[in-house]
Amino acid sequence: MISLSQVCKRYPGGYDALKNISFTMQPGELVAVTGHSGAGKSTLLKLIAAIERPTRGSIIVNGQNTSSLRPAAVPYLRRNFGLVFQDHKLLFERTVFENVLLPLQITGFERKESAKRVRAALDKVGLLDKEKMFPVTLSGGEQQRLCIARAIVNRPAILLADEPTGNLDTAYASDIMELFKSFNQVGVTVIIASHDEAMLMRLNPRLLKLNRGELAP
Amino acid sequence: MKNWLSQHAQTLWLALKRLRQNPFASLLNISVIGIALSLPGGLYVLLNNLESLSRQVSGEPQISLFLSMQADSAEASQIQARLKSHPGVRNFQFVPRDQALRELQKAAGIADVVQSLTQNPLPDAFIIHAKDSSADALQRLRDEFRSWPNTAHVQLDSLWAQRLEALLRLGKFVILLLAILLSFALVAVTFNTIRLQILTHREEIEVAKLIGATHRFIRRPFLYIGALQGLAGGVVAWAIVAVSIQVLNIGIADLTRLYAINFQLNHLNTSDSLSLMLFSAWLGWLGAWMSVSRHLHQIEPR
Repeated sequence: MISLSQVCKRYPGGYDALKNISFTMQPGELVAVTGHSGAGKSTLLKLIAAIERPTRGSIIVNGQNTSSLRPAAVPYLRRNFGLVFQDHKLLFERTVFENVLLPLQITGFERKESAKRVRAALDKVGLLDKEKMFPVTLSGGEQQRLCIARAIVNRPAILLADEPTGNLDTAYASDIMELFKSFNQVGVTVIIASHDEAMLMRLNPRLLKLNRGELAP
Repeated sequence: MKNWLSQHAQTLWLALKRLRQNPFASLLNISVIGIALSLPGGLYVLLNNLESLSRQVSGEPQISLFLSMQADSAEASQIQARLKSHPGVRNFQFVPRDQALRELQKAAGIADVVQSLTQNPLPDAFIIHAKDSSADALQRLRDEFRSWPNTAHVQLDSLWAQRLEALLRLGKFVILLLAILLSFALVAVTFNTIRLQILTHREEIEVAKLIGATHRFIRRPFLYIGALQGLAGGVVAWAIVAVSIQVLNIGIADLTRLYAINFQLNHLNTSDSLSLMLFSAWLGWLGAWMSVSRHLHQIEPR
């Protein structure tokens, strides 16, 4: 499903974020990417989602090589993913409902069906009673769950989460981890990047350890 | 198809919402567009009215040939024969001096003056319509008639109308230049508005791109905003022209009563009004499109 071979990423200025990374993921796997900060976790996820392009090597997602993708094809590749960010990237002038609706508007989903799906996603993360509220009024943990609802509303095959529990206390963090586990149990491929190895180990994942841009054995 | 329509309806709604979010800025922009377009629009209406007025007054160009007072009826019929055989003359009408006096008596206001005359001051006259009514041909005919014996005066009645027409043509050209210049200004105004809109929605654009929005999806609301703003500006321009004409007509009514003529300024007709609004909407769309093509690709998620 996702296959990286000899991927290097060098940022302008000569900083090597990733060096010679190769690995393959099967559909339905749960992969945890760990490492200290600056090890290249975020870069790896950005490469997979075609937010960054590799300097060298190839990344195949669903049979498509992301490094040779036409710019016009990138949006369609991204629709395979549900993205969860540490800083949530919510839209604050839209309600909770509208935030989750956005991916369905983008794919041109039919309206009535969209509303059903949005409510199902909100129900899944436990925010159904807050659909008319604005994100500012939500707590940090609720904002993160809103971000997850937006990521899953399109029913993506792959869920990418970058430090999803970064700013949360332990109780909230394990809630969120349980959510990811439940998605994985229904067949979604999940990749979570986090520095908190102890937390990740509870999910019983396949572990990818990054150290200064290199994959540790 | 229904889905596609609903997507565009949603975009329209979003665009209206964004215009409402900054009511003051939106109104200012719309006023600028409206005022700028009302200038060429208003001039166009005035010129159109002048044109129809000149046509109404001038009619078909004709040449008046007045015989000298000493000419008798034999000499008049000699001229008549010459006119009949002239290749450049389509038809003509003989106005004997007695008939001319009677007609003058009928005209309002001067009957008293005419009755006080001891003798008829008017000469026999011919009113001639030429086959070729171009300015050159008419002038050539006039010069030729002047050289005939017993003609006192030859007058080209429609020369002023032709001069007016040439002036109107010049006026239309000036309006065209003005319209082109102002169109550039309007495109620039919209370009800048949309640039600001893109900057304020930078975050939203980034997120949309991350979630898999196509360029087209992101561009759409901005194009709608540009077009809507242009359309509203066109409506304002139309309203400015309409109100100005109403106000001018009040003044003109006083004037025409004094001169005892019947004249009213006409408003823009339906197709011109529609063209004005659609053209304005198109300019807005164009400005937005240029702005979006220039600025949207600069926003990439990091």
